[in-house]
Amino acid sequence: MKMTVSKAMVECLRAEGINTVYGYPGAAICPFYDELKTAEKDIRHVLVRHEANAGHAANGFARISGKPAVCIATSGPGATNLITAIATAYADSIPVICITGQVNTDQIGSDVFQEADITGAAEPFVKHSYLLKDPNDVARVFKEAFYIAGSGRPGPVLIDVPMDVQKMMIDFAYPKKCEIRSYKPTGKGNAFQVKKVIKALSEAEKPLICVGGGVYAAHAQAEINQLSKLMQIPVVTTMMGISTFPDDDPLFCGMIGSFGIKAANEAVNECDVLFLVGARVGDRAVSAPMTLAKTTTIIHIDIDPAEIGKNIGTDIPLVGDAKLVLEQLLEKAQPMKHDAWIKQLKAMRSQYKPVKTPAGTVDPKEFVIKLSAAMPANTNIIADVGQNQIWTCNNYKFKKGGRLLTTGGMGTMGYSVPAAVGAKMADPKRPTVAICGDGAFQMSMMELATAVQHGVDIKIVIMTNQRLGMVRELQTIGYGDRQTAVFLDGSPDFIKLAKAYGIDAMRVDGKGDVDKAIDMIVTHKGICLVEVVVDDMFPTR
Amino acid sequence: MKHTISVLVENHSGVLSRISGLFSRRGFNIDSLAVGPTHDPSVSRITIVADGDEHTVEQIEKQLNKLIEVIKVKTFAKDEFLARELMIVKLTVAPEKRSEVMTIAEIINAKVMDVTLTTMTLEICDTYAQLCRFEEIIAPYGIIEMVRTGTVAIEKGSDTLRAKNN
Repeated sequence: MKMTVSKAMVECLRAEGINTVYGYPGAAICPFYDELKTAEKDIRHVLVRHEANAGHAANGFARISGKPAVCIATSGPGATNLITAIATAYADSIPVICITGQVNTDQIGSDVFQEADITGAAEPFVKHSYLLKDPNDVARVFKEAFYIAGSGRPGPVLIDVPMDVQKMMIDFAYPKKCEIRSYKPTGKGNAFQVKKVIKALSEAEKPLICVGGGVYAAHAQAEINQLSKLMQIPVVTTMMGISTFPDDDPLFCGMIGSFGIKAANEAVNECDVLFLVGARVGDRAVSAPMTLAKTTTIIHIDIDPAEIGKNIGTDIPLVGDAKLVLEQLLEKAQPMKHDAWIKQLKAMRSQYKPVKTPAGTVDPKEFVIKLSAAMPANTNIIADVGQNQIWTCNNYKFKKGGRLLTTGGMGTMGYSVPAAVGAKMADPKRPTVAICGDGAFQMSMMELATAVQHGVDIKIVIMTNQRLGMVRELQTIGYGDRQTAVFLDGSPDFIKLAKAYGIDAMRVDGKGDVDKAIDMIVTHKGICLVEVVVDDMFPTR
Repeated sequence: MKHTISVLVENHSGVLSRISGLFSRRGFNIDSLAVGPTHDPSVSRITIVADGDEHTVEQIEKQLNKLIEVIKVKTFAKDEFLARELMIVKLTVAPEKRSEVMTIAEIINAKVMDVTLTTMTLEICDTYAQLCRFEEIIAPYGIIEMVRTGTVAIEKGSDTLRAKNN
């Protein structure tokens, strides 16, 4: 069918089942926006207030929908603003399609107004990118982009489209399949290696499963839960693997890492076989991986061969899609018992005892624990970055079907509010709470307008301590408490700010109001904001 | 340790920058990189000589393979490949020294490409090590300009590195 490239781009999105896009227009992407207008009944465009947040919103959407999501920006600064979001998606392997406008083909390379080499600039952070110079490539490029973003180890794919190309006429047909000779992600695991894994797990006395974000990428939550239960193998998770196991699962030991819980880290040190599933053993998760590998049998499943052996020596490598590999393992797995080992781990887990906090402040950990008790099982919790992230990760007791979203790899401040907008829109039935600090919130508070404009019912918790708390703690511990550039003086009154956007809000600065605030988060119809006042010296762990 | 790696890539613009960017951002050391077309116009072939231990070369291979446009990567086993590099070198040579330089060139299998009253330009195509030796021998005559292509290599015997078409 004859049509413009812009129209073809819209048709590509439609063919991929895209019903929501996040973006910010500009001159170089106007032809495409003009066509989006025509398709607005099917494809809802959400105007963010900063391009990075379009990327984060798409990130949240992709993680909840389990499929690639789309963000759009114009050329030059619009595109470069997207880079942090692209890098964030790359570090966490989230499938995001980024469409950017580019200056006219004949102007590329001549430093014209709003020109930036975005494919070049974003190269280190994309799974793949395209500069669409030939209008006849549009269908193939979109088909490939969606396939690449969503398959194998997922990741962001960038499509940069010059303005003149957007206006050209082509003969359009969307391909049903795409074949890329140089890209064939592994599906099932090698049968011989699968046998070896079963043997090692069966012979282990103190086996331990470590679940990473790859389990979510492969949609393998059910399979890993089954395997753990059948073989009675205790489980720890990385930050990206949190919520794959309900907190009350008797086999679950918590999050590992430099900010993880003691019981989980001790489990890693004590186990004789460590079974890593979709976890890349980042430096924040395991501080001395090579030492660990000397004393422990390491089994490593990952769909990305490059992750196997990169950070930790592996005894039994197994490349494949976590879901398919776990299915293979489940076929062969026999019921087992590790009662003594499970008992030993259980003894290490301790109940949190709230700390006495100065008057006018709230214990943030206790707040998170109480919030988790009150929220329905299917809640999305979007943790930002900083102390608030660790308080949330270690204390929110996820139930079956709950979901944590956070930026584990890149640690991008300001992620929570826009990602919550995306997550909520991907599945409006799921209650969605963004938890952030007063530092991170001020990096993306402009997105309150986005949520209001589009009626996105998110709840926002801001833990305020007038500090960049995690850096403050770093300075306290590592730099003789010389607190530098961590003071957030000049911050607005967040309650008044929320009200300026027409958002209901309340402040909690003492124990008495905690229940009231939590009740507001649980029952309030529509977007609301709760400020939780926290002591500036409250520890992260 | 030096490793010689052959990489078949899609003949697209931007591929080389993806590959060189990968080496720099992951801290892999390149000694040389040579790229050119192959008998299949859709495929280019890159030969990289890189320095690093086994773990590094394993990561180089794996990270290269992650690039969508990389079709095939092969690190050659020691002594299992044929390698050549081209060097062109311009020397200051006074007329009375010409024959001396020509004798050296002949012995070492270099060719004279150009002569002027004060200079000679030589070419040599050989292994990296042989080129280095040649450079050492002619250096005393005064090298004023030098250019090398970087190593290109192919496997010994009948095995081939080929791109499968869909």
